[in-house]
Amino acid sequence: MRSHEISSSQIADVVNRHHRLPDRLLQILIELQEPSGWLPPATLTALADALGVSRAHVEGVAGFYSFLHTEPVGRYRLLFSDNIIEHQLGSRELMAALCSKLWVEPHKPSEDGLVSVSTTSCIGMGDQGPAMLANGRPVLRLSHQRINQIAELVRQQVPVSEWPEAFFHVDNNIHRRDAMLQLDLAPGAALQAALALGRAEWMRQMQLSNLRGRGGAGFTTAVKWMACADAPGADKVVVCNADEGEPGTFKDRVLLTTLADAVFEGMTLAAWAVGARQGLLYLRGEYRYLRPTLEAVLARRRSAGLLGRQILGKAGFDFDIEIHLGAGAYVCGEETALLESLEGKRGTPRIRPPFPVTRGYLGRPTVVNNVETLAKTCLIALEGGAAFAATGTAQSTGTKLLSISGDCARPGIYEYPFGVAIERVLEDCGASDTQAVQVGGAAGIMLASYEFHRRIAFEDVPTAGAFMVFDSSRDLFEVARNFVAFFAHESCGFCTPCRVGTSLLLKAMNKLADGHGAKTDLADIEWIDRLLKNASHCGLGSAAPNPVMDTLLKFRPAYERRLRSLDFAPAFNLDDALAAARRASGRDDAAAHFSADHAPR
Amino acid sequence: MSKQFLFDGRPVPFEDGQTILQAARAAGHYIPHLCWHPDFPPHGSCKLCIVKVGGRHVSSCAMPAKEGMEVESNTPEINGERRALLQMLFVEGNHFCPSCEKSGNCQLQALAYDLEMVGERFAHFFPDRPVDASHPDVLLDFNRCIFCELCVRASRDVDGKQVFALTERGIHKYLVVNAESGRLGDTDFAASDRAADICPVGVILHKRVGFARPIGSRTYDIQPIHEVDMKERT
Ligand SMILES: Cc1cc2nc3c(=O)[nH]c(=O)nc-3n(C[C@H](O)[C@H](O)[C@H](O)COP(=O)(O)O)c2cc1C
Ligand code: SF4
Ligand code: SF4
Ligand code: FES
Repeated sequence: MRSHEISSSQIADVVNRHHRLPDRLLQILIELQEPSGWLPPATLTALADALGVSRAHVEGVAGFYSFLHTEPVGRYRLLFSDNIIEHQLGSRELMAALCSKLWVEPHKPSEDGLVSVSTTSCIGMGDQGPAMLANGRPVLRLSHQRINQIAELVRQQVPVSEWPEAFFHVDNNIHRRDAMLQLDLAPGAALQAALALGRAEWMRQMQLSNLRGRGGAGFTTAVKWMACADAPGADKVVVCNADEGEPGTFKDRVLLTTLADAVFEGMTLAAWAVGARQGLLYLRGEYRYLRPTLEAVLARRRSAGLLGRQILGKAGFDFDIEIHLGAGAYVCGEETALLESLEGKRGTPRIRPPFPVTRGYLGRPTVVNNVETLAKTCLIALEGGAAFAATGTAQSTGTKLLSISGDCARPGIYEYPFGVAIERVLEDCGASDTQAVQVGGAAGIMLASYEFHRRIAFEDVPTAGAFMVFDSSRDLFEVARNFVAFFAHESCGFCTPCRVGTSLLLKAMNKLADGHGAKTDLADIEWIDRLLKNASHCGLGSAAPNPVMDTLLKFRPAYERRLRSLDFAPAFNLDDALAAARRASGRDDAAAHFSADHAPR
Repeated sequence: MSKQFLFDGRPVPFEDGQTILQAARAAGHYIPHLCWHPDFPPHGSCKLCIVKVGGRHVSSCAMPAKEGMEVESNTPEINGERRALLQMLFVEGNHFCPSCEKSGNCQLQALAYDLEMVGERFAHFFPDRPVDASHPDVLLDFNRCIFCELCVRASRDVDGKQVFALTERGIHKYLVVNAESGRLGDTDFAASDRAADICPVGVILHKRVGFARPIGSRTYDIQPIHEVDMKERT
């Protein structure tokens, strides 16, 4: 085995750089893992001592995040994006091919510790997949040829940083621009305009705009800002939610790539409105590659007087922004889990009330907004609230960025005024023979062709931005099963219905997929769906049954043709029960399986 | 006039800051709960305390009472959902009540009787959770953990020790203790800690007292939990 020691001076360095603050625990763990790829037990112990927190707490946090490892991993960690769209583009076959070329089993490090090949939840590259993360860096447009090259590079032990640049080239794929993507912002211009208006008038313009949150829930931004402005407490905080974990969504990545100034300027506009001094941008671990450019933009804005003390010369307007990294946990996009994660803890959603606007980051009044929401406030500052509200619909003003992937000629980013019909979007992206569209990601809604006249708007088909197209060749049961697996993997495990229910649902879906399902399984599925919907603690659990409920309602034959008999329900699967014996004996031949034909009927 | 809301059709008075569960209890109405404990702030994880308010489900242990609310609690619909949550907790762990030391004193078991849970409906997970017998006075049988975090909270907030924490997530979540060895015997845990007597199920067990009182004559063998719980209220 390699030496895994992380020296105590290394630990002390990192801890000191973070001012020995326990709420930096997650950021510290991410940095400490950097050299060897995992966190040995002694490191957790030493870190707990250095921070003055319990070791159990450190272990609890390290264990929560998918990208933190408390057991050895390969020196090359190759994680295939587990998005259904990429499955359909052959990602599973590519992964199998890579495993066989490297002589490794999936999900297990190779015996020499060289490489581990596994999967990870959607990495936000659905328009240019199949994709993987190679030691955290996205590798795009995987093909058999590229997989061969990767296998060779790993065998030759070429560091990931020396792999061909073309592997890592991320396209923006912007195919339709409207107000947001046409914006050519001179850094500071929007801020200048809002400062000229004065605080109260700026808030009034925000109200006039009727801007609603682009992160999913569609809450009116001005109402949120006013609640935070009015909340008692001086040290207010603005948080930009760049966790973008919803499968099939990648518009925030493109905004951070092409309009980073607008995003940071939007945060500063929010700070001006509510009186915040501290800003935090929570960047999902998958987008870590964007951090250097984002830091450079922040540095440039500081030297231009757009961040720091007395912004644009305004006495008393002090505000700065810091970037925090996530580490592979979809639930951290939920705003209260995000706050917990920003405080260095496990990403467990909080009890609400109190809401973040009154008690948020470290108990201080906090505005949490999505990347796109914040970028849009620049348009309002520049052109006024009324002009902003002139596009879109009355209840859904302005435009919406859609992340389009799947069965269409031109996947990528499309910006439309709210109110655009599904069929129009399908036409523009070059989709034909479309069977269904999943709008809003795994947590969203599946539309059948008879619903394609419906419109993208909070009052009709709301969305955080994902738009996944499935043509008539696709099996929508498999789509739903993939989403259920996603939720089971991402459940934080805090509350009973979601922790147990998402896994039960996955078991039931797998049973159907294996051809062992019966009609009573459909009844169980519907019952679990209902418990998830009604009793879950946060939006993850209550949205988890959506894909199943939608497909059961609209595409029921996809389920029924899998039922083995309409009423017999083998609760115990003999073949599964033999799996452990098969593993132990290294057999997987037909005779080591209990075939369904022999099962008691 | 104090403020009030309707609980299953009956008026319940409350003070600002009280949750639905607190106010209902004070007025003599029982709401099932597992992760809630009168001595600790609400946690909101088990969801046994769900009630319906204006057609929406909420956790009564965490939701502040509001004037004029109409709360549904003891209805076939809600009790059916509570039963299913219990079934989920049973299949998630390994609960063999007849051989469990806590039998008769276990709140999970008692609630299952109270809510007339006859079978477990869902497929069992049969997780592999070893027992920790390293501590001289206390045994940990992780097979029965329902992740209420009462031990985590009691150790941290009352004992000032942080002996317990949860790690991993989702269905793979499990309880760890504050030692690199992972053994309770290597922590500063003591049998006199508050955390040693807080577990609602049979995870944290004092050694050598197990069957001092025979099964059949224990707390919930004699009286159902909804009565015991209301008797204990202060
Ligand atoms: C499970 C879950 C995941 C979420 N993920 C994100 C996310 O990645 N990005 C985001 O902006 N909002 C996400 N949200 C919504 C946030 O909780 C919150 O509503 C949003 O950040 C508020 O910003 P907005 O008002 O600008 O939309 C998520 C919500 C849930 C329940
Ligand atoms: S619903 Fe799921 S993700 Fe949300 S708190 Fe419960 S277990 Fe965690
Ligand atoms: S050990 Fe007991 S008290 Fe602690 S979390 Fe598990 S069930 Fe709750
Ligand atoms: S008692 Fe309310 S959620 Fe557990």
